[in-house]
Amino acid sequence: MTAAPVGVPTTETPTGAFDPALPYRLSSSVSVRPESFGALVYDFHTRRLSFLKTKPLVHVVQALEHHDDVHGALVDAGVAEPDRDQYLRALAGLARAGTITQRPITQGETP
Amino acid sequence: MKLVEHFTHGLTSPICLTWELTYACNLSCVHCLSSSGRRDPNELSTAEAKAVIDELQRMQVFYVNIGGGEPTVRSDFWELLDYAIAHDVGVKFSTNGVKLDEARAAQLAATDYVDVQISLDGATAEVNDHVRGPGSYDTAIRAMENLYEAGFGQFKISVVVTRQNVGQLDDFKAIADRYGAQLRITRLRPSGRGADSWDELHPTQAQQRQLYDWLVARGEDVLTGDSFFHLSAYGQELPGLNLCGAGRVVCLIDPVGDVYACPFAIHDQFLAGNVRSEGGFREVWQHSELFGELRGPQSGGACTKCSHYDACQGGCMAAKFFTGLPLDGPDPECVLGNGETALAKLEMDTVIPKPSLDHSHRKTRGERKDGGPVPLTLSVRRPDKACDSDPLAGEGRRLPAGVRVN
Amino acid sequence: MADPTTDQETPLVEETLVEEVSIDGMCGVY
Repeated sequence: MTAAPVGVPTTETPTGAFDPALPYRLSSSVSVRPESFGALVYDFHTRRLSFLKTKPLVHVVQALEHHDDVHGALVDAGVAEPDRDQYLRALAGLARAGTITQRPITQGETP
Repeated sequence: MKLVEHFTHGLTSPICLTWELTYACNLSCVHCLSSSGRRDPNELSTAEAKAVIDELQRMQVFYVNIGGGEPTVRSDFWELLDYAIAHDVGVKFSTNGVKLDEARAAQLAATDYVDVQISLDGATAEVNDHVRGPGSYDTAIRAMENLYEAGFGQFKISVVVTRQNVGQLDDFKAIADRYGAQLRITRLRPSGRGADSWDELHPTQAQQRQLYDWLVARGEDVLTGDSFFHLSAYGQELPGLNLCGAGRVVCLIDPVGDVYACPFAIHDQFLAGNVRSEGGFREVWQHSELFGELRGPQSGGACTKCSHYDACQGGCMAAKFFTGLPLDGPDPECVLGNGETALAKLEMDTVIPKPSLDHSHRKTRGERKDGGPVPLTLSVRRPDKACDSDPLAGEGRRLPAGVRVN
Repeated sequence: MADPTTDQETPLVEETLVEEVSIDGMCGVY
């Protein structure tokens, strides 16, 4: 999270259930801190703290913004096929918590 | 792998960092864990405090708990608050409310990433002021009213559970509800001045059970700072980490920059380093010898054979230390009574550690309700004459009893 | 919502990859 004098909450509106065919990204109010086992994730807006318990999961959430869909990020992070369902469930949970959000499918991001 | 096992490898940064900004305080609560009252002549300057904040930002410490003493009596408090928030460090500050007038309440209501916690140890003035001093209840309630009226939103009310207030838990909840606040109850430890008032204030075994039952039944939206994990041995584990996080997940930065494993363990035995030394806070957190030891496997001693060890992990390190108990044994408030047994068995000549520092107001220090011997406080710091005067000279409330200046 | 519980024994279900912890759920003072 870059320093904002007064945090403006993200204006992304929930657009329904987690859909791995869509593009996602980390919410702007979230800070990710790498740890030996994975990462700590803190949402400055909701004040919730989560542990991402594997390094590949960290890689996935950070890769989301570079891919047109969630599956692409899973491939990028080298998540093996048999594990992907588990990862998708974890990502769905992160979406419900607001840690990751859908990205608009247009050229150029909204600020 | 259980989450807690990950902590043994050490975290990049603490999760729950407590930063005591000053030892100065307008009150003299009888159980003060930091023995606060008078400012220390060697406290971090504004510039040094900002340098610490810069470090916390680099370390991605998300959030810092600021306390003291009374942090708002530092004249640079509001400047430091804004500085932290502007540098990606969220702040929750703990206060007795003395400075939270309508203007400050309005200012806080307009500030994001700041949380306010008002200390209260009785749901009535009678119970509260017995511990915190005459007028302190009114000060706290007034601050709550100001925050509520200003539309601050959900602030916190923090209560230290004592023998005298454990019957008021529902009343505390009602006060919190009235002001739209969240209730937080925490455990009394025999730390700081708490060592002297421990015998009178700490809950009885029966009351611990009462407290546990209340938490299970009504504690859904009540915070505990994970301080009652020793009660998990009664049955269902309480929510939280359920282990001592000292040096692993939490630590303290004190007003002179000393880093201790835990705010309840202000003693040379738990001193890891100082932020003023080479490498600053990060060096201490990541590489101090003490923290390395605390992060290694701990000996639970006889406790490991207990069927409840998984739930209580031997309890609170500071509670054991300041009651003279060995760290690899039961907590003094072990719900099975093993702590009481151990206390009774302590040798007559057992030296009970005293806190290394005592910044109490002169009138408070040495007073003992039982008429026992006045404890000698050996100080390695030469007191600065300037600090013998009232830290609030010219501002704020004076202690009702007056502070005698030598 | 992430699963907030810690595992007591080897789970029959898979272990969750995300665990949420209360920032107040650490034994700090304040």
